[in-house]
Parts: sequence; structure tokens; C-alpha cells
Amino acid sequence: MNLGLAALVGILFSVGTYLLLQRTLTRIVIGIALLGHAANLLLLVAGGRAGRPPLITNEPGPAFVDPLPQALALTAIVIAFGAIALLLTLAWRSFVLHGEDEVEDDLEDRRIGRLADGARE
Amino acid sequence: MNVLVPLPVVLPLVAAAASVLLQRWLRVQQAFGVLACVGTLAASIALLARVESGGVSAVQLGGWPAPGGITLVADRFSAIMLVVSTAVVLAVLVYALGQLDAAHESLYFHPVYLVLVAGVSASFLTGDLFNLFVAFEIMLTASYVLITLGGSGAQVRAGMTYVVISLVASTLFVAGVGLVYAATGTVNMADLSQRLAEVPGDLRMALGLLFVCVFGIKAAIFPLFFWLPDAYPTAPSPVTAVFAGLLTKVGVYAIIRTQTLLFVPVGRPSVVLLVIAGATMVVGVLGAIAQNDIKRILSFHIVSQIGYMVMGLALFTLAGLAGAIFYIVHHIIVKTALFLVAGIIETATGTAALSRLAGLVRRAPLVAALFAVPALSLAGFPPFSGFVAKLALVRAGLEVGQGVIVGVSLAVSLLTIFSMSKIWGGAFWGSLTEQEVSPTPEAVPRPVPAGGARLRVPPTMLLSTAALVALSLAVAVAAGPLYALSERAAANLLDTTAYVTAVLG
Repeated sequence: MNLGLAALVGILFSVGTYLLLQRTLTRIVIGIALLGHAANLLLLVAGGRAGRPPLITNEPGPAFVDPLPQALALTAIVIAFGAIALLLTLAWRSFVLHGEDEVEDDLEDRRIGRLADGARE
Repeated sequence: MNVLVPLPVVLPLVAAAASVLLQRWLRVQQAFGVLACVGTLAASIALLARVESGGVSAVQLGGWPAPGGITLVADRFSAIMLVVSTAVVLAVLVYALGQLDAAHESLYFHPVYLVLVAGVSASFLTGDLFNLFVAFEIMLTASYVLITLGGSGAQVRAGMTYVVISLVASTLFVAGVGLVYAATGTVNMADLSQRLAEVPGDLRMALGLLFVCVFGIKAAIFPLFFWLPDAYPTAPSPVTAVFAGLLTKVGVYAIIRTQTLLFVPVGRPSVVLLVIAGATMVVGVLGAIAQNDIKRILSFHIVSQIGYMVMGLALFTLAGLAGAIFYIVHHIIVKTALFLVAGIIETATGTAALSRLAGLVRRAPLVAALFAVPALSLAGFPPFSGFVAKLALVRAGLEVGQGVIVGVSLAVSLLTIFSMSKIWGGAFWGSLTEQEVSPTPEAVPRPVPAGGARLRVPPTMLLSTAALVALSLAVAVAAGPLYALSERAAANLLDTTAYVTAVLG
């Protein structure tokens, strides 16, 4: 187990989570991307030690690196790419419609906010 | 090689690709989409018949042997889910033909809808944890497009929440798959069911809880449901209906599948899941009571109903799982029908806000009847399918002495009746007073149609809603054989040897 890579996965997860909790849409998108990187890196770490050749050789025993986690990570990367492209489109659409790059309050928040304003007056 | 197993996935996927080419001829595209759904339904029914007579069938796509290859498995549970989901998908597509305008339909509605169908089918059929992730992504990506179809301000706001929440769940899913692979060296579910048993108990429990979280976000169980009532109501009503009926239930399916197959049940009720189930029921129904919009009330009810399914799983007995499966079948049909009726009301009157509706029972008696039957069924009134489903769960709960959760479920049923009667009293009875007609600051001012006139509803919308209501009545009439089928499916879930030998040979 590579401690450095494991720590990097942890850092990516925490930074991604922090960005996800922001109000700005662009930061949320970047946060999602970082979370995706963290998960993909985790897949690679799960595949075992780095350093073996990615080829099947004639040597006896498991001399080559396990290809399955790499295939899984590749699939996950492609899917995340598409999802983030769509997320960016949505963020852009939101910017075009509202002129600002922020998450809006949902209906309940607004209703409660109005109630609070009414109570204050 | 069994051709029938991949057919419910391949057929809609190929049809989606072909449907893109038909974009210029909307009528042809519509007919093609309906045809593809009919074909998928036929394939699913044939698959159910085959599984019922011949046991679990598994297919290794591409010819690679089991633990490494792409495995599709159909057992009774997945075949039942396939039949119900494709039936609902077909009804909603016919409904959409009457409801959606050409502007919405020309935004590639039909191809995306077919991709959604393929994703749902793939989730039910896959026998591999990572391919379950891929199937979820196919389904979710299609749902991202459908929920924001048209791109209005409210849709973009709700869609953003939905997409971000779903992506977080997907990321956790990939992380979970990575951890499972690190612990066992395989992602094939049949293989995992043997390997995970060798993993230390606390590690297995941690992995199990991670997957409950991942699927719990998609299934909208108690602490993770908050996105659902906000996201669903903004989409076009056929889209909301199919999401409400199917997507959360795919999450429930995944929870049941992983908990029974991978994280070996200990043979006694799971306290964690029982608490989750009870809290999901109570919070969902309390949320529904506080709402004033038909679609939002129904959305909160989805959350509440998910609790019943989790309750059946949490009991971990044959009767509990059979009850959960029967409940899912009943719920998919009834919930979709209710949302379709809400869509009819919204299309015909221009609003789904209870404060702006009244007296529909005189203006559209048929619609009122179409609402009353599934509403009574959802609440669990005796002759309808909901009663049978709830009775099965209550009996299963009492069998193992879980009186608390049974009491909670019965109390929630009462509250369900209360909020259903709120819709009934608000929309179907009474008349509008002057004060209620004046628009609230929330709603866009719209002319309220004159009180006495009959509502005009497109016939395809009425027809498909009526078909679903009839289907839910059929579930009630055929409750005996259907429950027996659910029991056999539950037996398959508890005894995994048939599943494992079908996959690994």
C-alpha cells in the first residue's frame, strides 16, 4: 500500500467536499471534478503496487499489473467527463438566466424567508 | 447463449440510436418509440416466463468467463422489476404523446427516454457491481437531460441540485467499488457473495453501510431524501411520473440486491435499517402534509413509501422480502398513475396548486375517479393493491415481533389518508372563493378557467392513465398468485446458491 497515494486520495476528497459546500456554481463543479479524481485514484490504489509493467510477459507468477482497476477507472473517467460537461452547461444556463453564478434558494427556503420577513415587520 | 437476457437492454438502446436519425419526422419517431417500448415489454414478459420455469439465467457478454467478464443475470426479482418497469414506461410514453408539445418533443425527448429505459433495464439485469454503476450512470445521464428538458429557470435550479447530488452519489459508488475490489479482488456480484463472507465482519459492515448510503441517496431514504421533493415537480409531468415511479425504486432494488447477495444477512432484523425505514416513513408523510401543491405532496409521499420497502428488507425474513417486492410492484404502478393524474390536472387547468383548484369532481368526473382509485390504494384501503401490500408487511413484521415498526407503518398510513384527502378536498371538491383566486406571490398569475366548464383532456393521456389504474386493480385482483410469485422471488434472494451457480457455473 502506497501511503502517499492514500493520503492524496484523502486530500482530494476533503478539498472536493469543501468546494462542494460553496455557494458558487463554478466551485461546485470543480469540487465534483476533484471528488471524481479522488475516486479514480482510489480505484488505482486498490489495484495494488505501482511499478509492474502493464503487459503480460512470459515470466511466471503475477509479474504484470492488475488491468481491471485501470479499466474501471478509465470507464469512470469517461463518465465523469460527460457529467461535468453537462454540469458546466447547466451552470452556464443558470448564469444566462439569472446573471449570477450562485446556487439559488429552493422553494421552501424562500417560503420560510418570506414568513420570517413577515414576522419581523 | 441466452439471447433473451440482454434483449431488454439492447432493444431500447439500439432503438434510441435509430430514433435520433428519425428526428426530422416527429410522428415516425413517436411511433418508433412506442414500438420499441412494446418490444421491450414483450421481451421482459418472455424473460419472466423463462426465469419462472427454468430458474436463474445468466449470460456472459463477449464470451469472457464469469468473474472477469460482463455478466447479465435474470432471476425472479429482476424479471418482475423489468416487467413492471417496462409496462409503466410504455404507459408514460403514450401519455407523453398527448401531453408534451412539439417544442419539448423536438429536444430529443424520444431518444433520451429510450436511453433511460435501457439504463433502468441494465440496472435490473447486471450481475457485476461496476456495471451496476455504469447502468446507473446511463439511467441518470438520461434523467439529467429529461429533468431539464426545456431549460426554464425553475428546471435549471432544481436540475442543478439533482445533478450535483447524483454525481456525489456516483463518486461514492466508484469509491465503494474501489474499496470492495481492494478487499476482495473482484467486482462480480456472485463471486463477491462468496469472497465477502471471508472478509472480517466489521470491514464488511462498513462496506455494506457505504453502499446503503450510495443507493440511499438514489432511493431517497431518510437522511438523504432532501433533494427529491425539490427536484421532481419541476420537470414536465410525464418525466416526473416516470422518475417517481421508477428511479427511486431502482435504488431500492440495488439496496435489496446488495444487502441480500453481498452483505450476507445475519438472519435477524437489522436495527439500523428498521430505524431508517421508520424515519423515512414518518418524515416523508409529515413533509407531504405541510405542502400545498399536488406534485410536491406526491413527491414527499414517494419518500414515505420508500420506508415501507426498506422495512420489508430490514426484517430479513421470507415474508418481509416478499412483502417488499409486492410493495414495490404495487407502488411503481400506483405512484406513476397518481403523477399522471396530477399532470392531467396541471395540463387542463394550468396549475397544480391546491389553493387555485376546486370542484374538479364536477368538471372532470373521470379524472376524479382516476385519482380516487390509486389514492385509496396508496393509503391502503381494503379492496386495493396497497392494502394487500401493507397487510403482507404488517404480518411479516408481527411474525418476528417487531411491533414498533408495524405501529409506525400503520400510523403513517393514517397520515397518508389525511394528505390524500387534502388533495381530494382541495382539488376535487368545493369551489374557489374570491380570496383564493388571487395569485399568491409564489405563483405566476394565470387566468383561472371558468368554474362550470368541462375540462378538455387529450384522450391518450386519459387512456394511458386509465390503463395504469386498471393495472393496479389487476394487481389487487391477482394478489394471490402475485404474492406467491413474490415469495418465490424472495426465496431466491435469501438462498443465493442458484444465483451463484448460474453465474459461476
